[in-house]
Amino acid sequence: MTRIDAKFAELNAQGKKAFVSYVMAGDPDFDTSLELVKGLPGAGVDVIELGLPFTDPMADGPTIQLAGQRALDGGMTLQRTLDLATEFRKTDGITPIVMMGYYNPIYSRGVGRFLADAKAAGIDGLIVVDLPPEEDAELCLPAQAAGLNFIRLATPTTDDKRLPRVLQNTSGFVYYVSITGITGSAEAQATDVGPEVARIKAATDLPVIVGFGINTPEKSRAIASVADGAVVGSAIVAQIGAGKPVAEVLAFVKTLSDGAHSA
Amino acid sequence: MANDLFNSFMSGPDEQGRFGIFGGRFVSETLMPLILSLEEEYEKAKTDPSFWAEMDDLWANYVGRPSPLYFAERLTEHLGGAKVYMKRDELNHTGAHKINNVLGQIILARRMGKTRIIAETGAGQHGVATATVCAKFGLKCVVYMGAHDVRRQAPNVFRMRLLGAEVIPVTSGRGTLKDAMNDALRDWVTNVRDTFYCIGTVAGPHPYPAMVRDFQSIIGKEAKEQMMKAEGRLPDTIIAAIGGGSNAMGLFYPFLDDKSVNIIGVEAGGKGVNEKMEHCASLTGGRPGVLHGNRTYLLQDDDGQILEGYSISAGLDYPGIGPEHSWLHEVGRAKYVSITDKEALEAFQLCCATEGIIPALEPSHALAHVMKIAPELPKDHIIIMNMCGRGDKDIFTVAKFLGFDMSDTEGRDADD
Repeated sequence: MTRIDAKFAELNAQGKKAFVSYVMAGDPDFDTSLELVKGLPGAGVDVIELGLPFTDPMADGPTIQLAGQRALDGGMTLQRTLDLATEFRKTDGITPIVMMGYYNPIYSRGVGRFLADAKAAGIDGLIVVDLPPEEDAELCLPAQAAGLNFIRLATPTTDDKRLPRVLQNTSGFVYYVSITGITGSAEAQATDVGPEVARIKAATDLPVIVGFGINTPEKSRAIASVADGAVVGSAIVAQIGAGKPVAEVLAFVKTLSDGAHSA
Repeated sequence: MANDLFNSFMSGPDEQGRFGIFGGRFVSETLMPLILSLEEEYEKAKTDPSFWAEMDDLWANYVGRPSPLYFAERLTEHLGGAKVYMKRDELNHTGAHKINNVLGQIILARRMGKTRIIAETGAGQHGVATATVCAKFGLKCVVYMGAHDVRRQAPNVFRMRLLGAEVIPVTSGRGTLKDAMNDALRDWVTNVRDTFYCIGTVAGPHPYPAMVRDFQSIIGKEAKEQMMKAEGRLPDTIIAAIGGGSNAMGLFYPFLDDKSVNIIGVEAGGKGVNEKMEHCASLTGGRPGVLHGNRTYLLQDDDGQILEGYSISAGLDYPGIGPEHSWLHEVGRAKYVSITDKEALEAFQLCCATEGIIPALEPSHALAHVMKIAPELPKDHIIIMNMCGRGDKDIFTVAKFLGFDMSDTEGRDADD
């Protein structure tokens, strides 16, 4: 059982929805980013998604593209992202961390070495946007074997015929992408999302968390009420991009998590 | 390589879309169902005589195929060695090989009921070809082009707009072809239901590398027949320039199992492959990685971050290369070399002066390698180089490098 499984079991026992937040590791710099990540659990974050910066984030909108550029300009690397997780784990042994990014930096390091290092750094799960089920042999299966969750994205284009394939090697939770599009673009609508979540839940026992297009406490609550939880990324990252102090960003995160937790 | 001698080099990709370890389908889940349906549709079209009848008709009457195989007599004399033939794909409608592939993809898009076409472009040749075919069929066309390329390829931007396409300058990254491809993918993932992504080269997720190769293979098929007619035998060496590598794959593919034919791909060496990555020679200066839906050789740093390429030629300015080239490189069936900006510019001028052909900067790289090897080869050695595009679009760039002031109507040198 990973920290992710334990966290969802705990939330389930409390009858609570999950709040998941995304921040880019090293944005705008290592120290500020670490301070922010350390503050997330106190701001009501149940699962931390830690973005791994990449030069070519093809599924991301401008907000997260720019965050990645700021991080890379500040000297962020895969190794420093692992270092950040290691530092965080010195003060928090419970909150799950999911590393989210693209495959090339991981492939470049070597999958075997990466998995060992990620495990040692206290990473619990991976979301790798450009690895669909067709490429499971690359990282998904080795990650599961190494005791890390591999969290799959399901999307509005994942039809009933394809859904079993998407769910097959997924663990931890299912991340439902609420829109066809990139991060931080269109707004998710609870009325569209509800039936889709129900469709996925009928096919799996895993929690279904919804992300993309959630940017306010109201939206966080509305989406969490029709799913097992909500993810907010771009709206938080935009605050960092605007140069807001960590305390202010965390206060905003608290309003979002209150939204999801009141659902 | 020894084992491969008993097998065909033409059987790839496998069911996973791989050429050896290269290729694959590294895309987000949103795109996956679309890529699978594209593959299904393409497999159907490939064996449908009506699909190829439509292609043949358009190739002949709209594009102007077959393109000539031309014996470059004065160039051959000048170089004093091997006999040099040029496959004249620069004579195609729109001035490059790009339209061979665009026609195939747009006919597929129509069969799939897609009404909106998107494309990425570097030099603008693929963008112009896509805008052209979209105009012909009355389809909405959106072209992503790096902001840097928009500036250095202004004539092609204007052409695309005349043809009714919307050209979107891409400012992310360094504003070149790689960044245009990222934004095209972002558009596609957003408008997945009505949009067809017309990729301009033999890269991207399966089935694109194979499909684009198949459409471009008309180049090599024609060249082979034309050479048999002209010389009664196969060429000894075939040479093409490589950015993503579609004109090269098109020429190479029909010759892959002709073991006597030397195959040479020419990458853009920019300012020189050893100088701080100011080049686009992925095979010579890169290593395998995953980008834009496929595994292939990429220019990248130690952390797996993608580096920006550099070349005088906007059409070669891409940090990757088609996966089939990576495979041909590793199995040793094709040889890959690089040519610098300076060498390409010299070839550009020599071609103008000896043959009365203004080549694009892209095939000027291939020609520069011909200039290197032809003098050392015997007179009965036959080379085919792929003249894949004409140079009208490049005259401003070349003028700048040669210090010629285009705004001066007297035509004097800039520093006169």
